[in-house]
Amino acid sequence: MSDNRRTFRSPADEGFFTKLALVALSLVFLAFFLFMPLVSVFVHAFADGWDAYYEALIEPDAWAAIQLTLTVAVIAVPLNLVFGLCAAWAIAKFEFKGKAFLITLIDLPFSISPVISGLVYVLLFGTGSLLGPWLKSHGVEILFAVPGIVLATIFVTFPFVARELIPLMQDQGTGDEEAALSLGASGWQTFWYVTLPNVKWGLLYGVLLCNARAMGEFGAVSVVSGRIRGLTNTMPLHVEILYNEYNMVAAFAVASLLALLALVTLALKTLLELRFGAGAAGGRH
Amino acid sequence: MEVTINNIRKEFDKFAALNDVSLKIASGELIALLGPSGSGKTTLLRLIAGLDYPTAGQVFFGTEDASHSSVQERNVGFVFQHYALFRHMTVAQNIGFGLKIRPSATRPPKAEIRKRVSDLLDMVQLSGLENRYPNQLSGGQRQRVALARAMAIEPRILLLDEPFGALDAKVRKELRRWLREFHDRTGHTTVFVTHDQEEALELADRVVVMSQGKIEQVGSADDVYDRPQSPFVFSFIGESSHLPVDVRDGTVLFQGEPIGVSEGTNTVGDLFFRPEDVELTDDPHALFGKVTACRRLAGTRIAEIDIANNGHAPFHVEVEVPLHAPIELGSEARFRPTRWKIFPGQK
Repeated sequence: MSDNRRTFRSPADEGFFTKLALVALSLVFLAFFLFMPLVSVFVHAFADGWDAYYEALIEPDAWAAIQLTLTVAVIAVPLNLVFGLCAAWAIAKFEFKGKAFLITLIDLPFSISPVISGLVYVLLFGTGSLLGPWLKSHGVEILFAVPGIVLATIFVTFPFVARELIPLMQDQGTGDEEAALSLGASGWQTFWYVTLPNVKWGLLYGVLLCNARAMGEFGAVSVVSGRIRGLTNTMPLHVEILYNEYNMVAAFAVASLLALLALVTLALKTLLELRFGAGAAGGRH
Repeated sequence: MEVTINNIRKEFDKFAALNDVSLKIASGELIALLGPSGSGKTTLLRLIAGLDYPTAGQVFFGTEDASHSSVQERNVGFVFQHYALFRHMTVAQNIGFGLKIRPSATRPPKAEIRKRVSDLLDMVQLSGLENRYPNQLSGGQRQRVALARAMAIEPRILLLDEPFGALDAKVRKELRRWLREFHDRTGHTTVFVTHDQEEALELADRVVVMSQGKIEQVGSADDVYDRPQSPFVFSFIGESSHLPVDVRDGTVLFQGEPIGVSEGTNTVGDLFFRPEDVELTDDPHALFGKVTACRRLAGTRIAEIDIANNGHAPFHVEVEVPLHAPIELGSEARFRPTRWKIFPGQK
């Protein structure tokens, strides 16, 4: 008997030292590469105290950048919510020719460099293009103005909502929708009462990610914005300008605001995952 | 509501899931669509519901041509295989859904919807669970919520897709009896799909046996079990064995030898018989083979017998034998079918 008295260990389990090493390695890595930079942003931001921090944020150009960033997000995120929902709906619930192509197309903004995304709009609306001069003669400015920034942001953040919803909707299939239709519901009622509630947590999650990226986008926006202080500077662009001017406190103050936004997004996402995870586990039958 | 299906054909990407299917369902009837997977039974059910449209052919509800009506216009109660209950709604909200979403002209007042929901809950014996969510219910309870939800819209017919498929054996038996009573009480024309022959034979007034997009036979449980009209029905329903035979001058020959069975017309075909329609015999003119296995089955035994086939793989048949018959593994057994059917042309 005494031979069999070894403590049972799951075959997939590892020894104590292996576990310790893995956990320690991950923690050290995270601390050095993620946590310390984040802390240093806040340390630099508050290097000259509260007042300097506050001053840097209400400085007119910084304030304009904050407002512009929020404006862009307020336009881009709802539009991408609608586009993403349409695309996910089409892909998950219908069979049609060119579906695989559409899925690839949705991923395009993820796979190409943001700089290219910006340049696309320069080519499309620039002075050498067909559209640009025509629009200009009708008093519509796209490049180096707010519309261009919004367009570039929409382009870059398009995949977030769709990517989040497609697997979810595919997994749920069309059974619930058919049930609603067979009970007499119209297409719109089916969408409103059945489809949307079924994907609401996933949708919210996608919107959060989309929002985080919309506020933080640098590359594409920097190409189309023209970086006119107080007019076409978003927060990330403003941070770079301040940094290049060796205005460390102001740069990091604005940066800390962006970082804070990211942290809030992460917290909300974690909260949602708790809800969403529980809902997904219990809600399937 | 009487339902008539005329020469329905349904193609999916050139593949014919249903091929020239016609069926008449009498008002108040309980009908089972029985067949293996891929036989087209669920497709037929969905075509009746209007969840799919036929490539050709018509569906009549009474005298009304419903072929081009939408699923909403057809007003059918459909119970889905996995119930498709709305997970974010309570039991009461699920059942009331079909009434709540009606346009205001035909929507019953709130109080009446509440009353109807509570009546339906009574009917499916789930009173007290109205505020539960679907994931707080057992499989059998979900099934009954799905049924109550389908009944709430006062459907013209009730359609059920594999209604007991996802339940364990005991609950399945209870629900089967319960559904039969439910049908007898409400008198709704009911069509259900199943791959379980026991379920179909026990529950349905008539069974529609389907295979490869075609109807093989329509009839009562006795009809399809005792008088199968095709080799498919004979082998799909119940247990059976078959052997290639010739019929010459009224005598059935197996491997050129008479086996003590006679048949009217000369033909070449397959002799089908059931394990219970066999007697053991000493007659030299009989089938014989080696007993390879013996299984106890409730009150009897089933002997598996291999009949030699000139060096090819032996013919394998199953024969029911009395408990005390002198049958041993490895011994030779002689037997003769007492009831059989020969389908010509099968080799």
